[in-house]
Amino acid sequence: MNGSDRSVPAVIDKPRNSRSAIWFIAGCLAPAVLLVLVFTYYPMLRGVTMAFQNYTLFDLSDARFVGFGNFKEILDNPQFITALKNSVYWVFFSLICQFVLGFGIALLLKNRFFGRGFYQGMIFFPWAMSGFLIGLIWRWLYNGQIGVINNLLIKIGLIDTPIPFLSSPKWGMFAVITANVWYGIAFFAIMLLAALQSVPEEISEAAEVDGANRLQRLFRITIPYIMPTILTTVILRIIWIMNFPDLIYAMTNGGPAGSTHILATYMMDKIIFGGDYGKASAVGVVMMVVLVLFMVFYFAAARREKAGDF
Amino acid sequence: MRGKAYAAERAVRLLVMAVYLVVMVFPLYWMLITSLKPQKDIFSLPIYYWPKTFTLANYENIFKITKFHVYIFNSVIVSLSAAVIVLAVATLSSYVLARHKFRGSGQIMFFFFLTQVIPAFIGFAPLYLMLSKMNLVNTTQGLILIYTVMGIPFSTIMLKGFFQRVPSSLEEAAQIDGCSRLGALIRVILPVMLPGLSATFIFSFVQNWNELFFSVIVINSEHLKTIPVAMNSFITKFDVDWGSMSAATVLSVIPTMILFALCQRLIVQGLTQGAEKG
Repeated sequence: MNGSDRSVPAVIDKPRNSRSAIWFIAGCLAPAVLLVLVFTYYPMLRGVTMAFQNYTLFDLSDARFVGFGNFKEILDNPQFITALKNSVYWVFFSLICQFVLGFGIALLLKNRFFGRGFYQGMIFFPWAMSGFLIGLIWRWLYNGQIGVINNLLIKIGLIDTPIPFLSSPKWGMFAVITANVWYGIAFFAIMLLAALQSVPEEISEAAEVDGANRLQRLFRITIPYIMPTILTTVILRIIWIMNFPDLIYAMTNGGPAGSTHILATYMMDKIIFGGDYGKASAVGVVMMVVLVLFMVFYFAAARREKAGDF
Repeated sequence: MRGKAYAAERAVRLLVMAVYLVVMVFPLYWMLITSLKPQKDIFSLPIYYWPKTFTLANYENIFKITKFHVYIFNSVIVSLSAAVIVLAVATLSSYVLARHKFRGSGQIMFFFFLTQVIPAFIGFAPLYLMLSKMNLVNTTQGLILIYTVMGIPFSTIMLKGFFQRVPSSLEEAAQIDGCSRLGALIRVILPVMLPGLSATFIFSFVQNWNELFFSVIVINSEHLKTIPVAMNSFITKFDVDWGSMSAATVLSVIPTMILFALCQRLIVQGLTQGAEKG
């Protein structure tokens, strides 16, 4: 800042900014804040109010407020209930598998070895791809007639005839969740690896001298030490998976007969193919409420555990 | 005894890592070799795990029956323009947030962070209606505007982390030497920040390149389509033509893979420091 600020005693934690500094700060922030305010926050708030309106793209003249009408209608729709249940499975199983496998990989990558950088690069690459392309790839792998997964399963003798993974309600969710797990492991591996590398060697070594075996060191020292990172990564990931329709859209588009819809794909379906913005927004509001409630519980539990410094 | 246990453990480790690597790489490998197989080998049994004959027919095909070169061009224009604007806007905002303490700075960070948490899809329909009022539906500019707005918050968060690693004594010295605030930022700090800036730029470019739903909603005209919009219509158009599909997938993945490979370490750094700070 300017020269006079230097003489301010260190007790004052927020230095006073001169007038020119204030203009500089405001000028630098204005474009970012205004753009986000107008084109992100306004549409989101408008979206919330739209959930209470009869708002379809094909008949905008009749955009009256209908109270909780949209919510009643979607709650009465069995497709919505399926999507709600699927969202829970989708988030829960994807997250658990991604976390456990990603943590395992992070532990393996913790120690230096020849070619570690290259290996890390290879497992990192799905991040460069869109969920849509990943979905297309897995749609091909899971193909019911000539898909390579069916071919491999037949070859090793697990099945005799191909399974129609993507066109049977029984296997659909399994197929999309495994693809999502594949996509997300690297995220946890990279995040947790960075956290593991921040654990000071001395703590673990001291425990080893005291006779703690490797599992004890992992659960009593390493995991508590990186708990704040674990908690943040997990919650960010939950939000992200919940709001991630691309992969399912590409693999099954919610089919067959809506059996693989999650809330996010159900909502996109209502917008892209239905033009029914009122009901789509109602689905979005339900998603937001579910996430907010979940986060409240999550942070309350995290605080009770005193595990993280939120 | 101990030596043997170590050797066994090493072997298990190597095995697990090898299996995982195969699982990660195989789907991409499969897409790649599918794109290089002739049609009749793709759709008939037995399945070849290594193509019997190689062909570029699928690649020729997508350029012949679709305007794939136009889609590539559009994708480059949209992704590049939005990434450039995002970088300019986010550099200013993140610099100020990293360097200056002022009342409300915490709230502004939260303002940016919150956009990453609430489901963006709620704003989807209203944003589309706003675009149509501004006559930006079915235009490249409309899509650039959306990607710019979507990219600003995360790029600000990511760049702020990079700025905080640059010692502030640098621009203080420059200002004593008579540089203005903006001059110090441009002439002294930005050159030092080059790696962080390029990582953020590339990350933002890749995000734009990969975005699907907004582009599908905003763009209809054939000559304005970006790659994801075109591929989205391929699904319905050539539902069974996995030869063309895989060739298009490979083509659209190559640029982003190269970009990520170029500065993977820095992108990882930018992303992890974001998560650690919450």
